[in-house]
Amino acid sequence: MSQQRSPLGYWLAIGWAGFLLLPWYVQSGGFFDFAWLLAWADADAAPALAQAVLHGRWWLLPLALPLALPILLLGRRQDTPAAARLLILAGGIGLAWLALQGFAVIHSGWGFDILARTFGPLELSQSGMGAGAALTALALLMFTGLGIAARGAVGGDRFVVGAITLIVALVAVFIFFPVLRILAGALQDSDGSFAPGLFAARFIDPRIWGLGCVLEGSRCGVAWNTLALALFTGLTTTLLGLAFALVATRTAFPAKRALRALTILPIITPPFVISLAIILLFGRSGTVTQFVADLFGVSGGRWIYGFWGVWLAQILSFTPIAFLVLIGVVEGISPSLEEAAQTLRASRWQTFTTVSLPLMRPGLANAFLLGFIESMADFGNPLVLGGNFQVLSTEIFFAIVGAQFDPGRAAMLAMVLLSFTLLAFWAQQRWLGRKLYTTVGGKGDSGLAASLPTGLKWLVLGVTVPWAIFTAIMYAMILFGGFVELWGRNHSFTLRHYEATFGITQGQFGLVWSGTAWNSFWTTLQIAVIAAIPTALIGLITAWLLSRQTFRGKGAFEFGTMLSFAIPGTVIGVAYIMAFNVPPIELTGTGMILIIAFVFRNMPVGVRAGVATLAQLDKSLDEASLTHRASTLQTVRRILLPLMKPALLAALVYSFVSAMTAISAVVFLVSARYELATTYILNRVENGDYGIAIAYSSVLIVVMLIVIGLFQLAIGERRLGRRSAAPAGFTGGVR
Amino acid sequence: MSSAATVGFENVTKAFGAVVAVRDVSFEVAPGHLVTLLGPSGCGKTTTLRMIAGLELPTAGRIRIGERDVTNLPATDRDVAMVFQSYALFPHMTVLENVGYGLSVSGRPKAEVKERAETTLELVGLEGFGARLPSELSGGQQQRVAVARAVVLEPEVLLFDEPLSNLDAKLRRRVREEIRELQQRLGLTAVYVTHDQEEALAISDRIIVMNNAVIAQEGVPRDLYEAPADRFVADFIGDANVLAVTIGAIDGEHAEVRIGEARRRLLHRGLAPGPAHLAIRPEGIVLTADPEASIMAGRVRRASYLGSHVEYDIETALGELFVTDSDVDRIHPVGSEVGLGFGTHGVTLVRD
Ligand SMILES: Nc1ncnc2c1ncn2[C@@H]1O[C@H](COP(=O)(O)OP(=O)(O)OP(=O)(O)O)[C@@H](O)[C@H]1O
Ligand SMILES: [Mg+2]
Repeated sequence: MSQQRSPLGYWLAIGWAGFLLLPWYVQSGGFFDFAWLLAWADADAAPALAQAVLHGRWWLLPLALPLALPILLLGRRQDTPAAARLLILAGGIGLAWLALQGFAVIHSGWGFDILARTFGPLELSQSGMGAGAALTALALLMFTGLGIAARGAVGGDRFVVGAITLIVALVAVFIFFPVLRILAGALQDSDGSFAPGLFAARFIDPRIWGLGCVLEGSRCGVAWNTLALALFTGLTTTLLGLAFALVATRTAFPAKRALRALTILPIITPPFVISLAIILLFGRSGTVTQFVADLFGVSGGRWIYGFWGVWLAQILSFTPIAFLVLIGVVEGISPSLEEAAQTLRASRWQTFTTVSLPLMRPGLANAFLLGFIESMADFGNPLVLGGNFQVLSTEIFFAIVGAQFDPGRAAMLAMVLLSFTLLAFWAQQRWLGRKLYTTVGGKGDSGLAASLPTGLKWLVLGVTVPWAIFTAIMYAMILFGGFVELWGRNHSFTLRHYEATFGITQGQFGLVWSGTAWNSFWTTLQIAVIAAIPTALIGLITAWLLSRQTFRGKGAFEFGTMLSFAIPGTVIGVAYIMAFNVPPIELTGTGMILIIAFVFRNMPVGVRAGVATLAQLDKSLDEASLTHRASTLQTVRRILLPLMKPALLAALVYSFVSAMTAISAVVFLVSARYELATTYILNRVENGDYGIAIAYSSVLIVVMLIVIGLFQLAIGERRLGRRSAAPAGFTGGVR
Repeated sequence: MSSAATVGFENVTKAFGAVVAVRDVSFEVAPGHLVTLLGPSGCGKTTTLRMIAGLELPTAGRIRIGERDVTNLPATDRDVAMVFQSYALFPHMTVLENVGYGLSVSGRPKAEVKERAETTLELVGLEGFGARLPSELSGGQQQRVAVARAVVLEPEVLLFDEPLSNLDAKLRRRVREEIRELQQRLGLTAVYVTHDQEEALAISDRIIVMNNAVIAQEGVPRDLYEAPADRFVADFIGDANVLAVTIGAIDGEHAEVRIGEARRRLLHRGLAPGPAHLAIRPEGIVLTADPEASIMAGRVRRASYLGSHVEYDIETALGELFVTDSDVDRIHPVGSEVGLGFGTHGVTLVRD
């Protein structure tokens, strides 16, 4: 592999370009308006060298040294120990200095109190890093990677080491750094100074841990609320999911294909939709409520606003996920085991309880934990239906957005929530890590899966059929609700809501996009499309590293890249505004922060899609290519990428669709300039404008259905079916 | 303890939609016998076995076990036990729990279940393995657990579906002897599916050869080998050279048969005069160095020394013949002219 041409020269060029040519700091007009080309020597737009020489920002100058050191190696062997040391040293020192100066000098001068005390106030300041700094950092990172490869890691494969280094750095900066920043946030007082005493006070807050509901009939702390809700939701969705899985695999139920269609519902359902439908049905002027009122003369209460309403909404939202997991598990049980039980005189009921059910145990645990995590992270449903029943994710939101504005408290709540989900995530990984029960022995017999005991069959049918009908009514309701004047009061047909949101009128200068939703709609589409590309690429490269390469620390690498699955969106949102509001990385208010949030939240989806596809591609394909003298990079590009097209497309579509429906993280990150569809809907819901919210949601559902439909046409249905039938550990992300 | 029962099939047919897996099959298995179902892939062996177990119900016909008509009785209520090809050991139960499973779901007291399971494990030579999980056993040990789990119930009929196909060749030979020994010791009625003819010959009281969903021939191993009913059976059990011949005048049990130029008196086995086939075992041909004094002449195309015998391919006017000769002292060299005669065994007329 050492015969490959070394990419050191390219990285040097890129690093120096970042240092000498591009604006070092972030540009207020954005990089792509190219205003910086004309303002080359300005204090805002100058590159690093000019900043140091012309504007007194001397602390940027030392970066020239690590950028210069590797020049010594040009045209020489780079796989010697000395060369490796030099590269690692240059990259390491450069990155360390880059980070240090970034934190040390911020808008208001010194970033650390201790510096201000030692050196006195600093007149100069700097804003967040921009394109120049990014390129310089990338080059320094790659020097390190080349150095590590030169030391012989992963067989000295530069491409693999480079990819690992890059992904580790990205995950560190955009997942670990913000999460750690929360921890710091919980340790700071309102001025941002270190106050460990506050930490304990915030933690032992009765609003979090109070047991009032048990002890004295008042309210319980949010932590307990959240836990109770998650336990309940996890349990119910698992049981319901199991019932659906049994119906789909073990009965002669005719509409099995329709059942499978259920599994795409959670992907295409924008947040709030389920809650809105529940309000339309069971709210005070809801259809069912009024019907019952007319019938029995009792006026409906507000029972729907609180624990039971949120619970109902969450079951509707998350049962399909449990179904998706469990159908794979149920199908995975070898029929001959059940036949063996029958020939050993077990009745159908005994077969089910002593063989089938125990074999499903790991799958059930997995489904439960997924439901548990989803419920914990759910933001939209508790926000709309919670009423006085508060959970962590909404409390975090109100601690930041509400009148109380208390970032410290938000950070503490986020930490509590994060520890819950991480614990559940860890437990789930443990369960998955333990080998699922598989049939022992080689060649198998193909028998018939046992049919269900009669009582159980009627039970699962009795549960699932009404539930499926209920779900269908909910969605019909949504579509219908967008066309009536005022739900529950005035049911006359109107297009008013659609005109208000998506109206196009004939203006003086041609067509005018007069609907109020157009702006957020286009922004959402644009950002979702842009975010999908890096999500898919990073996800697939990670998948390739995980399934095709062996390297030290692979377990930790996998855990790190899948971690964002367990981080609730609200936590990511809070973490991002805390971490990326000040230099060195200053992103709040930009479209970039939305894109980055989407990329790192949806990355696990791309990884899963890639791992699933790669598992089906024989490794000998890559090996054949490598033995024919192709480099690793060429192998990836010429052999694997074309074969992975389906996975690439799947990752693109899924990340696009999840970006369209995300709310919990972005609700903290949107700005007036970059408003998203979901946050727009949220505002309408908060104002009680249900008609508009519903009309907008319907449009989103239709758009996503079209996208997924086109995708299925492009890929062919079989592939999608097979993947969705796999016992997926990760289905979508946590909203 | 022998609760062995007969198994009777009367005109049983099983169709899966348009596919007929078993067509109008009748046979009877005597108590305490081991009967093998033998035949090529897809001929309906497994289906037949699963109908005995009650895992499939026949489309037409009747099935008896002992005196009882079990045609529509599900597996749970039949007194049969089955050893699956994949063993189908319950992966979440220990070996002892696996073996005791049938007893415990039948509601036997715990102590009895444990004791009988342990006795049976001893019987198959696995004492001390009770606490392990199936995944912690070797293939051969798993196989014996599967057998123990079936015999512990002292079933009226014990069924095996290719129980040895997941074992390597050496082990297969040993385990099949163990199974046969156990079956005879316990006096169980057993039905055994295989597509390995040597296995079938080695362990069976009787063999039922199936082809294309019907029974091709049924009989004791020796009959099947020495008096195959038709070309298919002759070829499937052992090797056979099949020659087109003409049956001439019939005279009592015998007939004059024209084989190329030569004539021979052979048992006609109920075949009428006219074109017929002759099945000749490789060891049924005697080679001589003198082409004149024999039935046909031929030339040696290939000669392979295999230790216990020599294999020849010999070109004759009737086609190429496969011959084995136990005389390893005198090997006919390739290219030499030889005479071919018939021995006392292994030459039979067969139906088409
Ligand atoms: N459930 C089924 N549905 C449709 N056709 C079936 C089914 N089970 C078996 N068949 C068909 O019935 C025929 C007999 O199958 P069977 O399993 O009995 O064969 P076999 O003799 O056991 O073959 P092998 O030696 O390969 O195991 C085959 O053509 C098979 O395809
Ligand atoms: Mg079979």
